[in-house]
Amino acid sequence: MIYLDNSATTKPKKEILETFVKANEQFYGNPASLHQMGNAAEDLLEKARAQIADLLHMKHVVFTSGGTEANNLAILGAAYRYQQRGKHIITAVTEHPSVLNSLKVLEEQGFEITRLSVDRTGDISIDELKSALRNDTILVSLMHVNNEIGTIHPIADIARLLKNGRTLFHVDAVQSIGKLVFDKTAMPDLLSMSAHKIHGLKGSGVLAFNDVELKAIQFGGGQEAGLRSGTVSVPHAAALAKALRLAEANPMYEKWNNDLRNFLGNYSDVMVVSPIGGASHILSVAAKGLKGEILVSGLQKEGIVVSTSSACSSKSSETSHVIEAIRLPRAYKDGVIRISFGTFTTKKDIQHFKKAFERVYRLIKGA
Amino acid sequence: MNRIYLDHAATSPVHPEVVEAFAGALGTVYGNPSSIHSSGRTARKALDDARRVFAESINAGDAEIIITSGGTEADNLAIFGTAAKKQGKHIITSAIEHHAVLHACAKLEREGYEVTYLPVDVNGRVEAEDVKKALRDDTILVTVMLGNNEVGTMQPIAEIGELLKGTDVTFHTDAVQAYGILPIDVETLNVDLLSVSAHKLNGPKGIGFLYQRKGTQLAPQLIGGEQERKRRAGTENVPGVIAFAKAVAISLEEKEEKWALYNGFKEMFKAILEGEGVNFYENGSHQMPHILNLSIPGIDIESFLVNLDLAGISASSGSACTAGSIDPSHVLVAMYGEKAEQSRNSIRFSFGIGLTEQDIIQAAEKTAQISKRLALK
Repeated sequence: MIYLDNSATTKPKKEILETFVKANEQFYGNPASLHQMGNAAEDLLEKARAQIADLLHMKHVVFTSGGTEANNLAILGAAYRYQQRGKHIITAVTEHPSVLNSLKVLEEQGFEITRLSVDRTGDISIDELKSALRNDTILVSLMHVNNEIGTIHPIADIARLLKNGRTLFHVDAVQSIGKLVFDKTAMPDLLSMSAHKIHGLKGSGVLAFNDVELKAIQFGGGQEAGLRSGTVSVPHAAALAKALRLAEANPMYEKWNNDLRNFLGNYSDVMVVSPIGGASHILSVAAKGLKGEILVSGLQKEGIVVSTSSACSSKSSETSHVIEAIRLPRAYKDGVIRISFGTFTTKKDIQHFKKAFERVYRLIKGA
Repeated sequence: MNRIYLDHAATSPVHPEVVEAFAGALGTVYGNPSSIHSSGRTARKALDDARRVFAESINAGDAEIIITSGGTEADNLAIFGTAAKKQGKHIITSAIEHHAVLHACAKLEREGYEVTYLPVDVNGRVEAEDVKKALRDDTILVTVMLGNNEVGTMQPIAEIGELLKGTDVTFHTDAVQAYGILPIDVETLNVDLLSVSAHKLNGPKGIGFLYQRKGTQLAPQLIGGEQERKRRAGTENVPGVIAFAKAVAISLEEKEEKWALYNGFKEMFKAILEGEGVNFYENGSHQMPHILNLSIPGIDIESFLVNLDLAGISASSGSACTAGSIDPSHVLVAMYGEKAEQSRNSIRFSFGIGLTEQDIIQAAEKTAQISKRLALK
């Protein structure tokens, strides 16, 4: 099987599994316990935390159950902490549901949300962002890389823009960590990531932050400096640190992306959806008059795994909010498929994909 | 030195077969269950199978299980989720709940809810009759734990469930410490919501579930995608769930055996202390067999624990979550009062897999030695 759905989730690397298993066997103590077993677990936890902070160029790290919780904590936690300053938050229409739906909750509670529109490449306009900023804007939340089409938001520019103001900047970096290089000198105030998108484990994520205070959204034993109650899974933390250490941008992604972009773009009824200059591990294309599901299942029969727009929205029959936002021509809207690369993707996989796509596409079109 | 781990109520080692199941699943069932392709469907199937194991373990339906990141999230979801959905601002709980319940209730109090904290008797037990007395027209939720994590006292959940039957009040029980030890049937208990955590029964950390009786209203707390029937957003931790299901299966198989074994450990431990002439008494009653909570008069608990630890024995005062503080445990304070000496000199030993009679004998003998040495000072 050729797995080209790495933006939905990835296959864990063996070394990461080994770290996880070893930590479960040797460091199973509760890091909050005072005895030696607890101390050993706590030492490992703090080592992992320091390493992650260092690799992310951020000061503080809180462990969460994944990207969704990290995004929820960043947005709700910052909004509740700073609501005295103002109740206005800016985001973009193409964000992940964990961001958009958190903001919807805040909106119901009296916050005001500005949702920036995007152009056909999925990008926002910095001018539009600037003019949306107000005295009572407490937070801007934008993703680094769009999970459906790969658009890269200029987060360093935005971080600089917001640097001296009172507006916090949160970046959902779930799709960019391990793939893009960050500008150390222009990091946001809050950064979310998820382990299972970088060949780590599901159920594990991080919210990293700098000089920000947050209100907790989960309550109990007061772990994670009161920010996130619940026994911390030290094995998950150690495995996440390992995943981050092993993550590296693969220069081949760009080559493969261009290769497939040219190959698929040559079909007269196929349109490349992902913008040029987007994240190279994601390539989204759309076939005119076809259903994405038909292509997905056709490729499936050839042993190739891709997805329609995103895993989270692939079950519902509605067109994805991202596809709507970039105003894809109506005839193409239902025919989107997303191809996404990971560490285990090979050149051979790309060649197989091309052959299989040719067969599947002809078969569907011929019928 | 061979360390003897007697802190299984804080967290427990992952069962070797569970580690194996986890590692196997990580390498093979890595798809996103929301994906429509074969990898996604394989993950979805594994998730559904595991969900059935959880459901059957408490006599519930598959659709009534919401998978969470652990006991704390399950408790928070039960409490905040109920509060957000229901009219009325009164909640009843007990003074000896886990902080995941108490601090969630405290947050609601700050938002204008009224919370009644039921007292407990000297054995740490809530009276069902007190629940009845505390009920009001605007009571939306009763949350009382099944088995206490510090002293092991089991609460009269079925009795409380019986008296709430037919009312509009949602009944939640935190079963984190009891699940895997006690037989649990949500029909017998008459609960609407029930929280469970995997790492207390030799499963991995970072996973748990909340049982939600069909028809019980609950607003989601983690917000995002439409996973878990829109009740809990976030990509499902499928390998974790598979490992958790394995842990559940093992614990169900060994339940009766464990009950007898741990009771035996407890009796043996106490008998050795008595034989050595240690002055102690046991806290709690109606206990789960894996928890032994003792008060040893005349000792300083902090140095006692340090000495035990140096002797290779891991135990705790109170629960792991409050262990870092020198404040007396809220559970013991509820049982004995703020000033009572018992609130300050208690120690919890908790049993689990891998322990032998030899370990218990050794631990009890060392405990006796240290008690006598420290009591002299």
